Amino acid sequence: MKRTIPLLITGIVGAVLVIAYFIPHPPFDSLREDFSIFFDIIAAVAFILGGGNLIKMHGNRVSRREEGWGYSLVTVVGFLVVLAIGLTKVGNPDGFRGSSVTAAGSLFDYAYQFVFRPCAATMFALLAFYVASASFRAFRAKNLEATILLLVAFTILIGRTFVGAWMTSWLPDSLHFLTIPYLAEKIMVVLNYAGNRAIMIGIALGIVSTSLKVIIGIDRSYLGSD
Amino acid sequence: MSRFYRIVEAINELDKRWVFLVVGLAVVTATIFRLTFPEVPTEMVEAIYEKVENLPAGSRVVLPFDYDPGSEPELQPMADAFVRHCAEKGHKMYFIALWPLGQSMVAGVIDNVLREEYPDLVYGEDYVDLGFKAGNEGVIAVILTDLKKLYTTDSRGNAIDRIPMMQGISSIRGFDLILSVSAGYPGLKEWVQYGGTPGNIPVAGGCTAVQAPLLYPYYPDQLLGLMGGIKAAAEYEYLVMEGYPKFKERPTRYLTALIRMGPQTVAHLSIVFFIVLGNVTFQILRRRRRRMN
Repeated sequence: MKRTIPLLITGIVGAVLVIAYFIPHPPFDSLREDFSIFFDIIAAVAFILGGGNLIKMHGNRVSRREEGWGYSLVTVVGFLVVLAIGLTKVGNPDGFRGSSVTAAGSLFDYAYQFVFRPCAATMFALLAFYVASASFRAFRAKNLEATILLLVAFTILIGRTFVGAWMTSWLPDSLHFLTIPYLAEKIMVVLNYAGNRAIMIGIALGIVSTSLKVIIGIDRSYLGSD
Repeated sequence: MSRFYRIVEAINELDKRWVFLVVGLAVVTATIFRLTFPEVPTEMVEAIYEKVENLPAGSRVVLPFDYDPGSEPELQPMADAFVRHCAEKGHKMYFIALWPLGQSMVAGVIDNVLREEYPDLVYGEDYVDLGFKAGNEGVIAVILTDLKKLYTTDSRGNAIDRIPMMQGISSIRGFDLILSVSAGYPGLKEWVQYGGTPGNIPVAGGCTAVQAPLLYPYYPDQLLGLMGGIKAAAEYEYLVMEGYPKFKERPTRYLTALIRMGPQTVAHLSIVFFIVLGNVTFQILRRRRRRMN
């Protein structure tokens, strides 16, 4: 029973959703809508599970004094503090029963504006430095394939800036197809387009076969090993 | 080994901290001196501008903001430009978020753009913030058929039925445009797959430059236009400025993408410089090794 009922639920829901896509009429259309709402409710509940899991994982690391336990402590404390000030709406101009939890002036908004936002932006900004360092080491014309990759990357990098247009601005209109911005655009729209579509079709076919295996009950890995 | 080869080898094995220093100096210099370069709008960006421009006033536009502070420096200028353009045209704006932090991004645009620059626009009549809902593409699938099953209140707790611009709206089917700003999953791709295509709603939007190559295959059939990164945002700002000359008065406020393109251009050039430098040293050393063998 422990495995049969989940298998039945998965099979029925999966089959109904597939049928509803091709026959969007009663009762399948309303069933699809209901299942989508169930999914949204489960997704919302997953936040609670996620929070619990975060406390469990990092709490264990702190209690066992594992390597890097200090970072885990910051994570747990940060999580609990933000959760508490969000739930109690501390400093919210309209009080506890007032407007949104993110209302300007609340402590939650303060934590977001002056702690989370700068930290997240800093992390993102560091990418430029690591990309520069990695490009210097990795983009080496060691063979034909690497040389092609290098030329493409070079064209895209230059073509995405004003310098690309400036470098080839002297070319006559009849040779417009040789300008760097034009080449960069064609690489993105033609070569990338074709490659990405092929990958997307391959992924879609893979998803179809995996989904069928799950719906039919051949693939039961999502039920766990118990 | 001659002195020349020792120098070449030293450059080839350059410590990454020197790379960081050069990139840092280049970006800081460009930021301090506010270096800007002219931008020429591309076809994909022009298509979005023309669509927003040609919709009649009062058209209903969904604005999903699916990004967070990590990608805010890259995406905020295009979000601001979209909202400004919609406000100028008098479109009805329906903000929505599939990312938890997207709601804060919406709140930021409402405070910094709509309230400051368009104080005459009324919340609930000209724009509404439907807030964040968990469920990723599941949310899009539901609101395409029955919006009120999922959204009973807006982000401020107001009952949906009491919001004037929500009167007579049962789903997003029949809306005039979906104008998404996204930094990943769920985002623009999901709005195309679960909203625009099944609902026959025109979709356009912007994303990070890294994400753009994955979205090109949807253009031009399922995506009427695509804006990748800060460069495309700068192009859109240029078009808005040309269409509405009043924005030329305060370039530091209205041309944020163009201003941010300066440091990005310099950073790109620094990276190109290091790639060329690395390859030159690599080829010199490789030839030397071959000769010695």
